[in-house]
Amino acid sequence: MPDLTATVEHADGRALIVLDGEVNRTASEPLRAAWAEATVDGQDVVIDFGKMTYLNSSGIAVLVGLLADARVNGVAVAARDLDDHFRHVFEITRIADLMEMETSS
Amino acid sequence: MKWRRRRTDEDSPSPGRPSPRVVDPVDIPEGDPALAVFASASGPVDLDEIDLESPALERMREAGVQLVVPLVAQGELIGLLNLGHRLSEQPYSTDDRRLLASLASQAAPALRVAQLVREQEQEARQRERVEAELRVATLIQQNFLPRDVQAPTGWQIDAFYRPAREVGGDFYDVLDLPDGRVGLVVGDVTDKGVPAALVMASTRSVLRAAAQRIMDPGKVLERVNDQLVPDIPDAMFATCLYGVLDPTDGTFRFANAGHNLPSILVDGEVTEPRATGMPLGMLPGSSYEEVEVTIPPGGTVLLYSDALPEAHDSDGRMLGFAGVRDAVSSSDGQDLVGHLLRRLEAFTGPDWEQEDDLTFVVMQRSTGREHVSDDPGGGSVVLRIEAPSIPDTERQVAEQVVEAASAAGLPDDQRRRLETAVAEAVMNAMEHGNGFQEDVPVRVAVRRDPGALTVTVEDAGLAGAVPTDVDRPDLEAKIRGEQPTRGWGLFLAESMVDEVRTSHDPSGNTTELIVRLEEDDA
Repeated sequence: MPDLTATVEHADGRALIVLDGEVNRTASEPLRAAWAEATVDGQDVVIDFGKMTYLNSSGIAVLVGLLADARVNGVAVAARDLDDHFRHVFEITRIADLMEMETSS
Repeated sequence: MKWRRRRTDEDSPSPGRPSPRVVDPVDIPEGDPALAVFASASGPVDLDEIDLESPALERMREAGVQLVVPLVAQGELIGLLNLGHRLSEQPYSTDDRRLLASLASQAAPALRVAQLVREQEQEARQRERVEAELRVATLIQQNFLPRDVQAPTGWQIDAFYRPAREVGGDFYDVLDLPDGRVGLVVGDVTDKGVPAALVMASTRSVLRAAAQRIMDPGKVLERVNDQLVPDIPDAMFATCLYGVLDPTDGTFRFANAGHNLPSILVDGEVTEPRATGMPLGMLPGSSYEEVEVTIPPGGTVLLYSDALPEAHDSDGRMLGFAGVRDAVSSSDGQDLVGHLLRRLEAFTGPDWEQEDDLTFVVMQRSTGREHVSDDPGGGSVVLRIEAPSIPDTERQVAEQVVEAASAAGLPDDQRRRLETAVAEAVMNAMEHGNGFQEDVPVRVAVRRDPGALTVTVEDAGLAGAVPTDVDRPDLEAKIRGEQPTRGWGLFLAESMVDEVRTSHDPSGNTTELIVRLEEDDA
């Protein structure tokens, strides 16, 4: 059972993926489905991490898979509302280098 | 299909005919020459036509056997059909023999299958019994070993226990005694498995009760011995060292029922004070000499079980007591348990199969130079848990660890980092160490020492070694699809705490996560 819901919205010519819950191994399925929906028209993507409660190395592997797909398809990815801890994780894994950092306010 | 034997009047013998009767079974001992004859026969054999010295043939003739139909499956003789005289008193005809041969050729494979099934069922039952017994022994033992070892202020007490595959009878205990004194127990019951675990459990209970009422360790052992002697099974006994520490002045008064001598390390010098006494449960009325030593600041007492001196290297040489002394004296006095485990692994090599339980209890008096907090968790294990190896459950374990670590002084801003580090180490242990075998637990302990918190994550090493390469994963290569996207765990853990140590030995992998704490002197 995934502990994550990933919903897709479209605004300002970009696709917004809102994550709610845990990004671990089981996040692969909902995240990939949301990613496919978000990128179907080749739009750039914002991922909202404001309601992400947990992230582990398996979840990082899933995110890296999405970023690899973004690279191939020329999709720009931004990360929104990362809290300090997750931002630290993104920085030490250097995922932060591949995403624009945003806040929602 | 069912075979039914109907007994009606029609079955009654006609007058003048011999009664049908069942030929008594005859056991044929292995090696009887008749077996070779039957095994090589191509069909039914007339007993009268065999000219052979054979006790089995004698008995078969006495039992009234006339014709023997060997049952042979895959070239192996698996049974005999023994027939007496025909009811008609006529000799067996060629048709009879053909029928019997055909019957035998069909019955033999079926009989062989039945035999194999029965053998396998017996083996499976035997295996289940052995495994159930092992589980029971492990349960008894682990339930009786203390989980949280509380050290008095100014002292650090560290216990290490690693069961052998076939659980031995090691035990240790740390007792809170009146007047703030602390009782230390290390023992070893002869024998293994459930009997040893039961004797260990009763020894421990009797000792616990006696220690609360009697102050002198020698008298405590006398009492325990007298209570054990009538109950302990023949040829079983327990060695046991019991000592009482007064933490205020460092006196350690102990008595020894045939156990290894305590090893005391002060400024790099090792002494092994000797107190004599018979093992527990051997002789009624045994008495136990008491010896008192004083542990100065910085001094360490090591109590250990036989698995340490009896460990052997790849050439079969034992470590021995001299080896234990060398190992202890080469320690810098810090983390003696870790030091001994490293020395042991270096001596035995990685392929050593630990034949007996391995137990250490280490008690160290602080030098008095470092700050010793009044924190009751100071210098001791504050949490010990075992978690089944189930995917996606690492977070619960990490949360428990963080709770215990917070209570033991982990600053709030370190909580989530430690949670991530523990989650990664536990995931590695569950997956790479235990292969996600649910019934094989990952053992996690949190220890608070002056200036540091250490989380130890241990697995059984069934699926191999956990990764130890902590180089930064190559994100670019992963993005370009040249490397798998996985492989972040240990790197992540390493980035979240001050130090990560990994080690591997025959009993499994150990990962230590260390967070240094600023001690406040307030």
